[in-house]
Amino acid sequence: MQSFAASSFGLATPEIIVAVGALVLLMVGAFSGRRATNIVGTGAFVVLLLALIAVAFLPPSKNAILGGAFIADGFAKYMKVLVLIGSAAALALSSDYMEREGFIRFEFPVLILLSTVGMMMMVSANDLISLYLGLELQSLAAYVVAAIHRDDARSTEAGLKYFVLGALSSGMLLYGASLIYGFTGTVSFPAIAEVVRGEAAIGLILGIVFVAAGVCFKISAVPFHMWTPDVYEGAPTPVTAFFASAPKVAAMAMAVRVFVGAFPEIIHSWQQIIVFVAILSMALGSFAAIGQRNIKRLMAYSSIGNVGYALIGLAAGTPEGIQGVIVYMAIYLAMTLGAFAVIIGMRRGDRYLETIDELAGAATTHPWRAFALAMMLFSLAGIPPLAGFFSKFYVFAAAVQAGLYTLAVIGVVTSVIGAYYYIRVVKVMYFDEPRPAFERMAPGAEAVLIACSVVVTLFWIVPAPLVNSAAAAARSLF
Amino acid sequence: MTIGLGHFLTVAAILFTIGVLGIFINRKNVIVILMSVELILLAVNINLVAFSSHLNDVVGQVFALFVLTVAAAEAAIGLAILVTFYRNRGSIAVEDINMMRG
Repeated sequence: MQSFAASSFGLATPEIIVAVGALVLLMVGAFSGRRATNIVGTGAFVVLLLALIAVAFLPPSKNAILGGAFIADGFAKYMKVLVLIGSAAALALSSDYMEREGFIRFEFPVLILLSTVGMMMMVSANDLISLYLGLELQSLAAYVVAAIHRDDARSTEAGLKYFVLGALSSGMLLYGASLIYGFTGTVSFPAIAEVVRGEAAIGLILGIVFVAAGVCFKISAVPFHMWTPDVYEGAPTPVTAFFASAPKVAAMAMAVRVFVGAFPEIIHSWQQIIVFVAILSMALGSFAAIGQRNIKRLMAYSSIGNVGYALIGLAAGTPEGIQGVIVYMAIYLAMTLGAFAVIIGMRRGDRYLETIDELAGAATTHPWRAFALAMMLFSLAGIPPLAGFFSKFYVFAAAVQAGLYTLAVIGVVTSVIGAYYYIRVVKVMYFDEPRPAFERMAPGAEAVLIACSVVVTLFWIVPAPLVNSAAAAARSLF
Repeated sequence: MTIGLGHFLTVAAILFTIGVLGIFINRKNVIVILMSVELILLAVNINLVAFSSHLNDVVGQVFALFVLTVAAAEAAIGLAILVTFYRNRGSIAVEDINMMRG
């Protein structure tokens, strides 16, 4: 056992920055009351940027610190960049919306920061204990954030639903973790990978199944997706944008850590689970979204489907597959945040609108905004040369290389079906009778939309930085 | 008859099952759901401590202490959300959590 003094805290600098920043901002908010709301919001944004710089400048290390609980390798570094960008963008989208809806509070940026620490811990976890603690820190903050509009019945209901089902899934994950601990005698991922070789004991398989159920809930994969549409619809729109972006990336990274980090030798036992879950998610994501009228609900089903595609890469279990997962999550982050920036901009007078019909004729009233949303939706549908096509291409190529032909074919078929409901929204915007114009977009949302549009539309010109660094990050796991 | 690892695991499995069924079968009150969640976490703790004693390894007990701490935080947050929900709807019956389809 490594002594505590010998462990180096330096590698955890980004986490320490965000954690200390959250506590300081909490104090600032608590002692100066309402006046400090804007200061805390800006402060949280600055803290996230500082952490992003710290992540970017820390060299990745293969050595686990803090008694083997925490690892800051290339994979963790890449995913932390995505998580921090996602959280910062969610903050940028939120302030104007919350001010207009009359529930702006200093707690919101603090909770986002705490949730971000949790996500960074999940991404860097190297044993079951730190994985569980990171996951709970992220989830507990997220339950409160879902119910942040506490005078709104829908928001509190979303928070309650998220809490009940989230607590159940954490319990299942934990039960699985206890079985894995019992049947391997250790909680550390590398040590588990050493112990587990050849045929796995039935108790261990049971443990893996329970952990997989908990993980599937957090990434909202079928059959544990039932909370997603309700929570996405009920929560305030910037909160939905947050849920759909950073926590999804972190939970997917956690899934990769558990399955590839701890059980690389018994891939045949968990591969079937992932394949099954991926097929169901892709199918439900493309069929159930067809009848939706609420655009937030549509995005919920879209995120379920997208998680299914990302899981194809995990099912392959190869470095190429993991590279596919990483690229997929990076591009998914840009597409989702861009789409939500437009959704948050759907405002007439004081009312924020959520139905797809309200977008009718947006192409004549707001040509640029409609064009940007159309690009996001075409990209989500996987139409070349937009970024979404390449993200799907990498996971399908990895699946074919790993011999999972059926999975790849089902993926292509469901993405064609899924294209229908994305293109229906584009049709509403471009060919329906125009409705009255929306208000001007808030500067935060505009900046996010521009950044995401650039990534999504111009990715094909310079894909190399994103793709090559993803390949290096994926190799650090093997 | 001596009481061994198997007995502890069986008790934990039964508690876990009761907890999960309590969440799904219960149609009355959200408080019962919170109790079921606690039951699940306690089942996990029994598992962890039993394995820890069986393996002669202290990590399981450390894990159990962390789980206890998190369970307390989780119950506090759950009750807080429940209170805000009650203020808006005037009810905490499970069938009233139905504003959104599904």
